[in-house]
Amino acid sequence: MATPIIELRGVNKSFGPVDVLHDISLKVGAGEVLCLLGDNGAGKSTLIKTLSGVHKPTSGTVLMDGKPVVFASPREASDMGVATVHQFGGTFPLMSVGRCFFVGREPTKRWGPLRVYDRATANEVAVKAIQGFGITRIDDGDRLVGGMSGGERQSLAIARAVHFGARLLILDEPTAALGVKQASHVLRIVLEARRRGLAVIFITHQVTHAMAVGDHFAVLIRGALAANFRKGEKTREEITDLMAGGESLANLDVETQGVMDAEGARASTVA
Amino acid sequence: MSDTFNRTGVQPAPRPAGGLSFGALARRPEMGSFLGMVIVFAFFAVFGGINFVSAGGTASWLNVASEIGIVALPVGLLMIAGELDISIGSVIPAASMTVAIVSGTFELPLILGVAAALGLGLLVGLINGVLVIRTGVPSLIVTLGSLFAVAGLTLGLSVIITGSTGVPIQAGPVGKAILGQFIAGIFQVTILWWLLAIAVVGFLLHVSRWGNWVFALGGDKVSARNEGIPIDRLVIQLFMGSGFAAAFVGVSQAILYNSAQVSTGQSFIFNSIISVVIGGVLLTGGFGSVIGIVFGTITFAIVNQGIFYTGFDANWASLIIGVLLLLAVLLNNTFRKAALNYSPRKAK
Repeated sequence: MATPIIELRGVNKSFGPVDVLHDISLKVGAGEVLCLLGDNGAGKSTLIKTLSGVHKPTSGTVLMDGKPVVFASPREASDMGVATVHQFGGTFPLMSVGRCFFVGREPTKRWGPLRVYDRATANEVAVKAIQGFGITRIDDGDRLVGGMSGGERQSLAIARAVHFGARLLILDEPTAALGVKQASHVLRIVLEARRRGLAVIFITHQVTHAMAVGDHFAVLIRGALAANFRKGEKTREEITDLMAGGESLANLDVETQGVMDAEGARASTVA
Repeated sequence: MSDTFNRTGVQPAPRPAGGLSFGALARRPEMGSFLGMVIVFAFFAVFGGINFVSAGGTASWLNVASEIGIVALPVGLLMIAGELDISIGSVIPAASMTVAIVSGTFELPLILGVAAALGLGLLVGLINGVLVIRTGVPSLIVTLGSLFAVAGLTLGLSVIITGSTGVPIQAGPVGKAILGQFIAGIFQVTILWWLLAIAVVGFLLHVSRWGNWVFALGGDKVSARNEGIPIDRLVIQLFMGSGFAAAFVGVSQAILYNSAQVSTGQSFIFNSIISVVIGGVLLTGGFGSVIGIVFGTITFAIVNQGIFYTGFDANWASLIIGVLLLLAVLLNNTFRKAALNYSPRKAK
């Protein structure tokens, strides 16, 4: 495989005494989709935030194109081509498609001595970019974003990220709140991004969605990589079992029992 | 590449024909306020008779609209950005008193008094903006604080300096002509300033890049910051804008009436907010238009003045304004929903 677009080497992250990520090593190359699976609290969000410049790793290295990088801010990460698309974030319901697409990077044209927002260009480029991802229903750049479906809004956000030069696309549970049909729209867009040679990290806890688009899977359990395998190496049942925790679920049982006993003991002393 | 997905049955929708489809109109934030304005005008034209539609009647509501309108424009910008400024209620009299004391009591050139008053407005706006950014306290509370602080300061300093709560000021003919004169004996010169303000704010909000940032800020602050919009600077600029506009109205009132009083601006707080909301601006931010604010201001001014031309007791004016405000908000909500749900396919 050629040099991966993004690579993590032994990344740890702790907040004070709390260790959230343990020794994470991952890589994603161009035209590859990595599905990051894990239950709530497994450390998926922390991992994304570390990748997108919100947090800095406590130890370990992040490499882009083989060179170590440290992102000082989300803005810096995004300037280097790391784009994060959240479940609903980044789209403004009461703004038009064109204005929303170009927010913060509005195209302008000369109008006498003044520079004015170029609505026609913005609308045309935005509609073209979104249609390029297969959402042909969006044909009017003046439409309000809030009138679009959840899947279409995701497409807008992804198309925008790609248009502005993203090379690594981090999708944070893009299908979580969507119906079956809408989710399949988003999955097609993920495939289209892959076809265009982007590295994609797709976070989900829906195994079906992951199986549909992933080349490569990583399962996070309590901040550590519990499994890291390629497409076809594991069955759907095996992945579901892994995500549910497998043997660690048994450990959890013992722990909860311990906590409840401790609580009970404290309650009786107080009484 | 889009061909790849066409087999899924997603048919390209036809482009909406023409610029005046229902969807295009319903998307305009000012649609509801335009209807409201027409209805209110028709109502008072019927019940107010010929006097209401005469030049004198028109001047009476235009004069009121121009003063509220100059303040309502920046207040509307702030509301679109998701903020409120009620300190304008004491910046107006503070600016009146400043120009009257500097150019009246101390007899310095009018230009110095005007500059001091406008500078005061900008300063109060700057303080409001910085406090809102730094403390994270809602702007309603911050500007409620500055409303009282500026009012107290104005009263205290006026009494110390002049020993009175009202100060006379006699502007020269040039100052009068620019800031405080009646054109043809009935139309205030502030109407022209209002038109200028409409053009400037309209350009900023709808034509410049800056305006897109204001909408984004009001729509989703966190996303706006992530997209690299300098939101701190934007908030300070917006508050300075409303401080400046309020000071301008204070100055023009002092020069028009040849005197300044320490407590003349309180009514502007609610009147400007009502005008903005009737004008279709969403109280929580992210939606609105300058032309809508103008319609809202005119609607408010017509009700405010039109009542005197009807046979009704003027005490009922507040009732009408209250009901009108509620109706306007409901109408605006309806239009906003229509705009959100509008898609070319459904309209067919």
